[in-house]
Amino acid sequence: MALDKATVAHIATLARIRLSEAELEPLAGELSNILTWVEQLNEVDTSGVAPMASAASVRLPMRDDAVTDGGYREAILGNAPRAARGFFTVPKVVE
Amino acid sequence: MSDPSLLALNLGEARDGLARRVFSARELAAAYNDAVAEAKPLNAYIIPTPERALEMADAADQRLARGAALPLDGIPVAVKDLFCTKDILTTAGSHILDGFHPPYESTVTDKLWRAGAVMLGKTNLDEFAMGSSSATSWYGPVENPWQRPGDNRPLVPGGSSGGSAAAVAARAALAAIGTDTGGSIRQPASFCGIVGLKPTYGRCSRWGVVAFASSLDHPGPMGRTVLDVAIMLGVMAGHDVKDSTSAPASVPDFTAALSGDIRRLRIGIPKEYRVDGMPGEIEALWQQGVEWLRAAGAEPVEISLPMTKYALATYYIIAPAEASSNLARYDGVRFGLRVEGDSLDEMYELTRAAGFGAEVRRRVLIGTYVLSAGYYDAYYLKAQRVRTLIARDFAEAFERVDCILTPTAPSAAFIIGENTDDPIAMYLNDVFTVPANLAGVPAISVPAGLSADGLPLGLQITGRAFDEETVLRVAQILENAACFRHLPSFVAGGRG
Repeated sequence: MALDKATVAHIATLARIRLSEAELEPLAGELSNILTWVEQLNEVDTSGVAPMASAASVRLPMRDDAVTDGGYREAILGNAPRAARGFFTVPKVVE
Repeated sequence: MSDPSLLALNLGEARDGLARRVFSARELAAAYNDAVAEAKPLNAYIIPTPERALEMADAADQRLARGAALPLDGIPVAVKDLFCTKDILTTAGSHILDGFHPPYESTVTDKLWRAGAVMLGKTNLDEFAMGSSSATSWYGPVENPWQRPGDNRPLVPGGSSGGSAAAVAARAALAAIGTDTGGSIRQPASFCGIVGLKPTYGRCSRWGVVAFASSLDHPGPMGRTVLDVAIMLGVMAGHDVKDSTSAPASVPDFTAALSGDIRRLRIGIPKEYRVDGMPGEIEALWQQGVEWLRAAGAEPVEISLPMTKYALATYYIIAPAEASSNLARYDGVRFGLRVEGDSLDEMYELTRAAGFGAEVRRRVLIGTYVLSAGYYDAYYLKAQRVRTLIARDFAEAFERVDCILTPTAPSAAFIIGENTDDPIAMYLNDVFTVPANLAGVPAISVPAGLSADGLPLGLQITGRAFDEETVLRVAQILENAACFRHLPSFVAGGRG
């Protein structure tokens, strides 16, 4: 699959990574090469083969629905680039 | 002035010396703190923690004096800077985690400290563990303590746990921990002439390890000898309710498995690992490994793992897909770097553009693409189906053999800067290591010889899920037969 600049720009928007116009062309080439290379998997007949999401064979364990941990607001906010009055803060999203 | 002769001891010897009070944990920690400082040009450590090391050593000395020694009391270890360490800077080798001081401790490091181990510092790595050279770190490349004789160009230590591998090889750590998503413990172990073990998926908890690809990430030990990593694994392993993929399996005494007896074990030799372009010396070393195991009474058996050639392509869909999801958390809101923008989306985009390096960005974009509407089935689901076939290859092989012998990597260490123009050339480093991650089975690299240009080469033993004991037992036979006693160009305390 050869990706064009518009597709790379679209993926970058989905991934929330800002790219400059000058970066699109070289990235389109690099990503296209990788995609073309992984497309060798099309040689493999996988009809009737179930997808494997994990090597862990166990079913996800359940635990009691009870509060067992928490209450670290200050410790957690200590790493925030911006925090105020016990909350993370972000640019204004509502006018 | 510390005693550099302490640096030559392996973990088993150091433990004996501490127990018999030949030297104190503080003396050992001081010698290693000096070694970490001396090894600074290798850039193996991002964050040395010498004061912490001395405090922990003093606590170990008190227990040793009381006769209440813990399993790793006083053993100085290095921690790949992908493990969260409470109140100590944790970077994952990325600019985007600037200033992150985790308010919690990873399960595996917590187990090490509870067993008395002494923390020397946090080691350098490829950014977010994505790489095979330890050259993509925001904190600069790691240098391999090995050089080609008569050639002072710096070599990569392999990656992504290259800082841990370089530190152990340069005697700037007695042992270390790393993580292995596609070979990131075993390939650097091979490049640096040390032992590195990727345990079974679920054997060691991933809780508190900065996530790259959750279904492929494996914490594991790195050390000077097979016994050393067996001792480390015994402490690191065990069920953890905080990691839902952690296996509720009992932890055996891995050191007891080192019986030296592999008579009648069947050793698989997969014909598909003879890849095009592999140097003849690696093929020859592999054959030497077959002969060593045969001489010890094991039976080599040719086997087929027909899906081997598709493992890398499978990996380079699944790993970026999981990475694009895991790395969505780096948004400038809760921790790390933030680049301000006029809107929330602009802040996200500017933060992530500034914070991620080229390889991480490439993988996040590939992962986003293969998971996006219209392409999910063709790429991601297809790769998951091939993964099933790769795991099936191993399951069928292990009906006939007890473990599998292969080379660890298709080359020795290369020069820093090589393989950087073409991402796929770099990915090919992982051709022999990636299959075990996809299948979740344990695999170890043992130093087995030197290349023609004087660099270490490893052999790999892969085993059944939760059968690290056989893997370790066979690995020790290789270790004893190879008798690898070569030292790198640089070792802390001198080569004398």
